[in-house]
Amino acid sequence: MSRNHVSATVNGDQVEFLCETGQTLLDALRDELRLTGTKEGCGTGDCGACSVMVDGRLVCSCLMLAVEAEGKAIETVEGMAKGEKLHPLQKKFIEHAALQCGICTPGFLIAARALLERNPDPTESEVRFWLAGNLCRCTGYQKIVEAVLDAGREMRGA
Amino acid sequence: MMRLPWFQYQRPASVAEAARMLAAEGPRGMLIAGGTDLLPNMKRRQQTPATLISLSRVEGLKKITNGSGLTLGAGLTLTEVVGTGAVREKYRGLWQAAAQVASPHLRNMGTLGGNLCLDTRCNYYNQNEEWREAIGYCMKKEGKTCWVATASKRCLAVSSTDTAPALIALDAKVRLVSAAGERELALASLYNNDGINYITRKPDEILTEVVLPQLDGWSSTYWKLRRRGSFDFPLLGVAAAARMAPDGSVLEARVVLGAVSSQPLPLAKASEFLVGKKLNDEVIAEAGVLAASRAKPMDNTDLDVYWRKEVVPSFVGYALREIRGDDMRAMRMRISRQAL
Repeated sequence: MSRNHVSATVNGDQVEFLCETGQTLLDALRDELRLTGTKEGCGTGDCGACSVMVDGRLVCSCLMLAVEAEGKAIETVEGMAKGEKLHPLQKKFIEHAALQCGICTPGFLIAARALLERNPDPTESEVRFWLAGNLCRCTGYQKIVEAVLDAGREMRGA
Repeated sequence: MMRLPWFQYQRPASVAEAARMLAAEGPRGMLIAGGTDLLPNMKRRQQTPATLISLSRVEGLKKITNGSGLTLGAGLTLTEVVGTGAVREKYRGLWQAAAQVASPHLRNMGTLGGNLCLDTRCNYYNQNEEWREAIGYCMKKEGKTCWVATASKRCLAVSSTDTAPALIALDAKVRLVSAAGERELALASLYNNDGINYITRKPDEILTEVVLPQLDGWSSTYWKLRRRGSFDFPLLGVAAAARMAPDGSVLEARVVLGAVSSQPLPLAKASEFLVGKKLNDEVIAEAGVLAASRAKPMDNTDLDVYWRKEVVPSFVGYALREIRGDDMRAMRMRISRQAL
């Protein structure tokens, strides 16, 4: 079975990989590129654990074929911190204890950053509405919402 | 963990090339646009095409033509539809419907054409292979019985598209292109009340465009019932559009229900009933009763089926009150957690 050659950028780095047609972008990130920060939850678009950015758009990487990543700019949770310096969202997730088991966290961080890039000063209701596509079975969401609002405040310099 | 089955992948650059590939593949081929409906279905082995023909690189499917009326390319993502000023200003019902589909992630991926062609849904069908095998499958895929109503001769899976009821209320047409030619048909005629053969699109046709007429003086709206304030598929959709005389009496009206049948359900009687009347509370209540008499929700989605039927008049009421000009924002916030 011939494999498909894909070149793309991931977190700014040029990457190339071979994939089968039946591999999703999530499979390629985790199994071909060894970027295991992005998680698989449901595999059907319900949980958001696999959230990544593709050409600036928040998507579920479990529902995108890896072959369709050709030429795309992909951003994953591994690109959020700059060296040792955490992204404000990562810092606030720790401060607010906005995670327990952590499997949903990479997806929440990516989705929350996508929100704050579009809407730097969201209301609580807007945060909840935007993050509806990301499920967390540990925290009850309150701490996540607080962390996102707090990170928004810090990023605005408020 | 569910994995995709094996398939061949083709990536045409034009509609004509895609149509040729689709014709060559026959029923073994399927189109993939956003993939948000198809790929979960393939992972659950509900659909197992031998070849996927990707529309991701096809030229021209994201075109927006704003002249008399509005033409929307079927490849526009739902986010792009929501971000189109002309949709928000002139075709409010479509804007509200598109904004309420799924989550931000899925609206960024899923397309307008994909939402119109969305597979029908059912609690006995949208399950993984092992689950379906354990009940002996159902008639929609590999089985013989409809587990929703075992005496039913037809599949009762539910039409779960939000944008179709809104677009039917707005009198939209769709363009279908195949290697043999192309045709335009009223969106209402794209659907059958049959959970298996729910769509009249032929297997070799590509839905390329949605054509909206110019609607001067019309108001439109869409209301959606679901368990959570966001994300979920509709358990009831109410789309309404009306043109009113300066004195407030209705000149033309179209009310369409979603998710209470295997197709979007235009309500001819309730719509005709409104013509010539002013939308006062009594008229709205009576239209709600007429609408509810047509709604036949089945016990194959979420929430209690009797309650879902009972709330039809209320949701028709919200829609018609919004058309009348009432400030429905507080009710929107209660139901959808967003202003719309």
